[in-house]
Amino acid sequence: MTSKAKSASRRTSILAHIVLIILSFMCLFFFYILFINATHSHAELQKGFSALPGASLIKNFMSVANDGTFPMIQGIVNSLIVSGCSAAICTYFSSLTAYGLFVYDFKVKKAAFTFIMAILVMPTQVTAMGFLRLITNMGMYDSLLPLIIPSIASPAVFYFMYSYLQSSLPISLVEAARIDGSGEFRTFNQIALPIMKPAIAVQAIFTFVGSWNNYFVPALVIQSKDKMTVPILVATLRGADYMNFDMGKIYMMITVAIIPIIIVYLLLSKYIIAGVTLGGVKE
Amino acid sequence: MGSRRKRVNYAKWGYIFILPFFISFFIFSFIPLADTIRYSFYEYYRSGIKEIGPNFIGIANYIDLLKSDMLKYAGNTFILWMIGFVPQIVIALLLASWFVDARLKIHGQQFFKVVIYLPNLIMASAFAMLFFTMFSTNGPINSILSSLGWIKKPIDFLGSVFGTRSLVGLMNFLMWFGNTTIMLMAAIMGISPDIFEASEIDGCGRVQRFFYITLPLIRPILAYTLITSIIGGLQMFDVPQILTNGQGTPDRTSTTLIMFLNNHLKSKNYGMAGALSVYLFIVSGILCFITYRITNNDDADGSKAAAKKAKKEGRK
Repeated sequence: MTSKAKSASRRTSILAHIVLIILSFMCLFFFYILFINATHSHAELQKGFSALPGASLIKNFMSVANDGTFPMIQGIVNSLIVSGCSAAICTYFSSLTAYGLFVYDFKVKKAAFTFIMAILVMPTQVTAMGFLRLITNMGMYDSLLPLIIPSIASPAVFYFMYSYLQSSLPISLVEAARIDGSGEFRTFNQIALPIMKPAIAVQAIFTFVGSWNNYFVPALVIQSKDKMTVPILVATLRGADYMNFDMGKIYMMITVAIIPIIIVYLLLSKYIIAGVTLGGVKE
Repeated sequence: MGSRRKRVNYAKWGYIFILPFFISFFIFSFIPLADTIRYSFYEYYRSGIKEIGPNFIGIANYIDLLKSDMLKYAGNTFILWMIGFVPQIVIALLLASWFVDARLKIHGQQFFKVVIYLPNLIMASAFAMLFFTMFSTNGPINSILSSLGWIKKPIDFLGSVFGTRSLVGLMNFLMWFGNTTIMLMAAIMGISPDIFEASEIDGCGRVQRFFYITLPLIRPILAYTLITSIIGGLQMFDVPQILTNGQGTPDRTSTTLIMFLNNHLKSKNYGMAGALSVYLFIVSGILCFITYRITNNDDADGSKAAAKKAKKEGRK
């Protein structure tokens, strides 16, 4: 390489680092302010922003935990139930569907696959009106069930599982299991599922996060306070007469809403980032 | 004979395995969709405690919507999406090509990737609430700016059209550029290193390489990113809804289509909500079809299409 090209590389490299540092600063800055402010009392916050943490962390947390009008702890429990169950049934049934279409040969196989691919990116909002009426008629209005059960049919997760099966489940393994007298369900549960574990883990995380953050449908379905999930509580907070509130408490509420995901992310970031591209477009 | 019967049995298992998916889809997506389409042709709303309709009125709802502010809201949605998308794709392309360039020796790659992807996982409603408190007139941003001496009196970010739209755009940008960067990175890494080496021997510079080799080769993924981002933009709801408390302030300049739909659903105007949903369904159906063509395209580099075209022209 010529020295001219080398110095050009060097300049680009310095520029790249500067841009990356600025962007990282932008990403972290708001969370930094959030966490700092969550440790300050209302009076301190009124005086203006200080860059150092205050001493009111526990106090703010207790006032969030003990607030009856915004039952944050109950909200987190509800969100955990909805997200956990959604992640579990979504990954299980998506794997089941993918396995069914991958292993067996039957008449409508191709049509079924094409159909799922066609609805891959269909927004749920377009059916929201009918959905709302349907669950009202089924008596599931204002309950957590309609937030969980529909995740059985998740085309994107199905597609991910199908791609994964294509690359890692040899059909001969299924045939060998048959010869050994294993039933079809048993083959799926005890041979295919363990092989699909990495894919299931990645998709479970994404489904969990998506469900945890989901606001549109839960806000339509849930009415009573004790069934509200975290995003609805955050939205009610915005709608409330907010200027009279304890600001330290508000920052603490937002912190409580996002901290579980941040913890999961910090623990599993390596897998999550590797998983982002796997579900994407075929190369 | 025995083996034949067995094969028939296996086919049965295929149906059983895919049954839950299709039952769930049929109940929770298909029936609601049919219901939505049906009521879009009816006058059906609630006025106070009185329920009006359902009376069949043909396509009156569709015409009413065209006369209403729907097109304005479609424009809002498009503007808000653009403000976030343009910087997002530019920055993502830049970062992705930097990350994969070993010559640049980017330090702490893993750290940067973790940080820029983080906002994508944050609850959009909580993020919007955070921006609302931070950019309010007595919030920390104004407090920082005035203590730096940059401003005399607090800026009312959410009071101006420009401020509100910029904030929504900024949030969408922050939430999505990391994701796009990682997608594009994978695409660029999928390009054979031989091509880059060959171009280098031919004396191709960094900028040339980016425009003449990287960009054309990642075109399918760029198209995929664009379409999925448009679909995402069409669904924009959480951020402007929470930021403006559902009002789309100032003067409904930040009201998106889904916020409009949400208002109809909340006020139980099923006829209008249905017609609006059908409009959205048609648009997203077209986008779905394009995505389908991209994801199921075995002709990713366009070579087959080019060959077909050449053949057609040869015949003329």
